[in-house]
Amino acid sequence: MARIQIIAIAISILFLLYIVRLIIKGKLREEYSIVWIICTIILIVFSFWRNGLEVMSKLLGVYEAPNLIFTGAIFAILIYLLHLSVIVSKLHSQNKQLAQEIALLKEKLKKE
Amino acid sequence: MIKIAAIVPAYNEEKAIAAVVNDINTISQSQNFSITVVVVNDCSTDSTSEIISKLNCIALNLPINLGIGGAVQTGFKYAFENGFDYAMQIDGDGQHPASEIPKLTTAIIENELDVVIGSRFISKEGFQSSIVRRFGINYFKWLNRLFVGVTINDSTSGFRLINKKALEIVSNYYPDEYPEPEAIILYSLNKLNIGEVAVNMKERQGGVSSINTFSSIYYMFKVTLAIIYTFIRIKFKK
Repeated sequence: MARIQIIAIAISILFLLYIVRLIIKGKLREEYSIVWIICTIILIVFSFWRNGLEVMSKLLGVYEAPNLIFTGAIFAILIYLLHLSVIVSKLHSQNKQLAQEIALLKEKLKKE
Repeated sequence: MIKIAAIVPAYNEEKAIAAVVNDINTISQSQNFSITVVVVNDCSTDSTSEIISKLNCIALNLPINLGIGGAVQTGFKYAFENGFDYAMQIDGDGQHPASEIPKLTTAIIENELDVVIGSRFISKEGFQSSIVRRFGINYFKWLNRLFVGVTINDSTSGFRLINKKALEIVSNYYPDEYPEPEAIILYSLNKLNIGEVAVNMKERQGGVSSINTFSSIYYMFKVTLAIIYTFIRIKFKK
């Protein structure tokens, strides 16, 4: 096993443990952790399986194996960012509704 | 007697707000309808909240700053929940003179309209706003004609009176930023009758416009997108 392989495996596993710890402590909600766990598992798989990247590149018809990483990673990041924008938009509108309700309730309380 | 809620969104308007509220209350006494002033304090950092608590009005204090659309919508929700017949928006900076209110109420009742917009551009009197802003207004006029086939001369005017039907729509959905042009699309796609009357407006007495030169490009772009989305959203629902 090459040195870089061991380093990659170690870091991936540490990352996975960190995510688990965040979930246990309640700092990361399960639904948002799924994508992180999947990413880490992919990292671990390819750390063990050295020829994996070459095999996948040939399968998909990519000539330069590293290009597959860039394409795949950038695409995944973009999708996840979009997902986060959707969540922020949802929080934004919920936040607005709450603020409005509070203002209306404060007024009602004053009357009574 | 017809009950009207006059919604005054106020963000750091300590200089002008008292005069605005008192003007509306004065007008209210001389008419055959009752106007309740609803001031929505959009989390002002100055003394607006203390000032409005002493005035003869309903004071809604938002715990966080929501921007003009969110603040006005709070007022719409209040009016809708409390059974008002009409609601109107009057800016807190004194741009919309209370003396022009009867023009809107007369128009909405006599012409059986759902929405009446007080327009600066029908008769060329009073404060006419800057060239850039007027270019934007002409652009929105064209956009409105394109999408819903109604001609509104002053679609950025916040000085408008709406009835219960329109009130229900805007209590459910009202845009956050620069809501005025988008609201027109919303009204007309919901098959409401929109009318316009000429009013005189004054130059603002205090505060800063929500639209400066820098953000005017963003404003046009955002509103264009919003209008297209609103159009698609409502068309597809049907």
